[in-house]
Amino acid sequence: MLGLEKKDTSLLIVVAILTMCAPFILNPFPADSALAQFNAGYPDLMQRFVIFGIFAIGFNILFGLTGYLSFGHAAFLGVGSYSAVWMFKLLGYNILPGIFLSVITSGLFALLIGYISLRRSGIYFSILTLAFAQMSFALAYSVLTPLTNGETGLQVYTSDPQYFHSDAMPNIPHLFGQEMQSTYTLDAGAWSFDFNTGYYLCALIMLGMFYLAIRIFRSPFGLMLKAIKTNQTRLNYTGLNPRPYTLAAFVISGMYAGLAGGLMASMDPLAGAERMQWTASGEVVLMTILGGAGTLIGPVLGAGFIKYFENIFSKINDTVLHQWFAFLPDGIEDFLIAIVHPFVGKGWHLTLGLLFMAIVIFLPGGLVEGGQKIARRLGLKKAKDETPAATDTTPAE
Amino acid sequence: MDVIILQLLNGLDKGSAYALIALGLTLIFGTLGVVNFAHGALFMLGAFCAVTLQKILSLSFETVDPTKTDFLGNPAKIKTPYVESWFGPELGSSIIDWSVPLAILFAIPIMIGVGFVMERGLIKHFYKRPHADQILVTFGLAIVIQEVIKQFYGANPIPTPAPDMFKGSFDFGTLLGFDPNVVIYPYWRLVYFFFAALIIAAVFGFLQFTTFGMVVRAGMADRETVGLLGINIDKRFTIMFGIAAAVAGLAGVMYAPINSPNYHMGMDFLVLSFVVVVVGGMGSLPGAVLAGFLLGILESFSSMNEIKQILPGIDQIIIYLVAIIILLVRPRGLMGRKGVMED
Amino acid sequence: MSILEIKNVGKRFGGLQALSDVNLSVAENTVHAIIGPNGAGKSTLLNCLVGKLIPDTGSVTFQGQSLLGRKPHEINQMGVSRVFQTPEIFADLTVFENVVIPSLAARDGSFRMNALSAVRGQGDIRATAEAILEDVNMLDKRHMIASSLSRGDKRRLEMAMCLVQNPKLLLLDEPTAGMARADTNNTIDLLKEIKDKRDITMAIIEHDMHVVFSLAERITVLAQGTPLVEETPENIKGHPKVREAYLGEAQV
Repeated sequence: MLGLEKKDTSLLIVVAILTMCAPFILNPFPADSALAQFNAGYPDLMQRFVIFGIFAIGFNILFGLTGYLSFGHAAFLGVGSYSAVWMFKLLGYNILPGIFLSVITSGLFALLIGYISLRRSGIYFSILTLAFAQMSFALAYSVLTPLTNGETGLQVYTSDPQYFHSDAMPNIPHLFGQEMQSTYTLDAGAWSFDFNTGYYLCALIMLGMFYLAIRIFRSPFGLMLKAIKTNQTRLNYTGLNPRPYTLAAFVISGMYAGLAGGLMASMDPLAGAERMQWTASGEVVLMTILGGAGTLIGPVLGAGFIKYFENIFSKINDTVLHQWFAFLPDGIEDFLIAIVHPFVGKGWHLTLGLLFMAIVIFLPGGLVEGGQKIARRLGLKKAKDETPAATDTTPAE
Repeated sequence: MDVIILQLLNGLDKGSAYALIALGLTLIFGTLGVVNFAHGALFMLGAFCAVTLQKILSLSFETVDPTKTDFLGNPAKIKTPYVESWFGPELGSSIIDWSVPLAILFAIPIMIGVGFVMERGLIKHFYKRPHADQILVTFGLAIVIQEVIKQFYGANPIPTPAPDMFKGSFDFGTLLGFDPNVVIYPYWRLVYFFFAALIIAAVFGFLQFTTFGMVVRAGMADRETVGLLGINIDKRFTIMFGIAAAVAGLAGVMYAPINSPNYHMGMDFLVLSFVVVVVGGMGSLPGAVLAGFLLGILESFSSMNEIKQILPGIDQIIIYLVAIIILLVRPRGLMGRKGVMED
Repeated sequence: MSILEIKNVGKRFGGLQALSDVNLSVAENTVHAIIGPNGAGKSTLLNCLVGKLIPDTGSVTFQGQSLLGRKPHEINQMGVSRVFQTPEIFADLTVFENVVIPSLAARDGSFRMNALSAVRGQGDIRATAEAILEDVNMLDKRHMIASSLSRGDKRRLEMAMCLVQNPKLLLLDEPTAGMARADTNNTIDLLKEIKDKRDITMAIIEHDMHVVFSLAERITVLAQGTPLVEETPENIKGHPKVREAYLGEAQV
């Protein structure tokens, strides 16, 4: 179906079902129960899941396939956001031009940075991309203030021209009148589910981007990218020029990042320079690695995992901890809270750092590999091991 | 002319910090072949050694002074640092005053220990892994160290003053025949520069004149061959990692009075120090030092108003710009050896 | 008819004159061996042919076109493939993918943005790839990851990767280095078979005289960066100059 192998089609369908039913899946606990804090079905959180999913899928096309580790991808995200907000300011709140422009500008920006950075490989490439991103960040804060509004961040003011804006149209981002913020809440007994326009738009775009990524992975182009990662010497002596291949991959992944940035601005019409900082670049690296670099589903899993735990962990404060451990004797309760405290709430980054290390040390293949290991141990994949992959061109996922 | 000298001086202290961090990075990269993204965190740990010692020395007990009352009419409480009660008020208060220099003694064993633990516990397992993995795991470690410090010391910068003796500024201009108060330079920054120079000289002397240093230099040139000679390289490299950590830590200790330490100062310096290493030439120690000072001074010059008027924002990006040009034009850096990590 | 013409090639590394005044011509559809003691400049010469090194002086022409200043991938696209001393293969990919890649490169050129069609859909490429794997007796290992192959199989895979491109000239850099006798013989048979089946010219750099004399039609002896003799195998064996150059090196 859709020009995909059976295995990939089923993967796409599973992802589609999961994203479409996300409002249900992410809100498994009744709204009033103590466990409601584990719910993640809020519109803005769900939007972040899929937007970062797009970002990570794109990053994986570069890092997962070619092995070129870019530490500056957040720059493209930022450029995308700025472009989109400028379209809102100039044309109006319809998000289509904004998203379109964010992909174009980030693509051009990626072309420029990629053309220069890809003249080097390995750690030099990482440092070059890092230098470019930090440079963009510094410029966005200082000289480019007319374009970026510096520290305040770029936002839409009533004094902005908005040439195509009419009074009949909503005064917040919308798609032909459909407001991104509009949410329909379904109350079913004790449960409550939010269906948000913006989320569904982003989810559909993510599915499209996921499909595109599958096609790229399975194409001759994708195969060449994998070859670059494996052995560049052989590639050269096989009559292939790695430079245009890596550049194409870099631009594609930059455009994915720009799209994510544009969508981010479409959900919340604001763009700040901190989106370009290298910690943001590190975050997408982490998502990809955590999920499993070079696998199809890995980056999506990684993005969801990190954004979910970021949200949940940062919400847990001492009051919540006291509730959890209330059944224990006082001394033990306080002791446990003292242990858990540094890792939750504001300490979420500590957990994140530890997680990062643990993944690189113990599970370089990420969650996907972990899942496979568990499955193998449980004997689920025995049959598959005996008869290696049924298709010719798909390496084990 | 006076402006130029002033900027030159201003570039020195930052340049010293870059040079010291870059020196450690290069030692680690050259000997162990590891790209250490946690090196900035070591610099930050050093700065917090100074903070910690100052805090420890200022630990006080409270006594009630019945002769005085506070504004509510209660008897006033007086805090007396333990140090003062032990050593007498004069010696005690000067000990507290000198806590930053004293922290050097405190930091050396701590930083060497941290370095040993890091190398034995983590880095050692990554010698054979790709550079990307090394970058990622040390990046994760940097986040962890940074967050732990944040847990203990909070997110705000902690002022850590230098001894009173160095509070003022040195009027450098009068030495050169300028008017007074034209070219002035804070004493502590001068101290920092000389301190950095001393450390750099010590590291080079150590590598140049000791047998240990000779083996390490040989190892940097050709690890496998030295290994074949039956010399236990691994053990020496662990020590080298400890030394590199101590260098970064000491750079941090002494930097504390210049910029109040905060938990993310390591990351801020790290990115720039990497750029410094690349500009100097991966694996070249003199290159790292040279590039550190060069870029520090360049940064300071580009922040001159005259230059900013022509090229706005140049001070923010000059270092990155130089790095990009260097990498493209002369990939091995200013003083890198031919063929080392050139692609 | 000569397919490869090397004229007056010289190459210097610092104070070392690695090659000086090398003149060599390889006739079409022959197997030409280049032998010589260690350090004679064999590998340098090979690297000058494939674009890895640029000679300081002289010219290298392939089918009348100069190879100088061209990049390795451009030279490959002209019909020159190379087998390395230690096999260079795409270790993380499957055997099948390993041959699909060169096959695609031969069809589509050095770059083609073919991002939306599936590899699975390239019928012609798959057929060629399968045929070549059949030729080297590796069709049953097509799903294996290349890094898990034995050394001999890796060598055969690399050979297949070169052959699938139908090169006009195949350069082999010590194709049997470090192999056991049985493996060496297999390789000799494989190369003989290739030679019989195809219109292909081979230039072999080799230490093992057994391999050289089983395959070569012409032999050039290189010593100290310059050709000593070029002869047929029969005439090489008793040649006094060769004995001199090889004294103690190998049994000729």
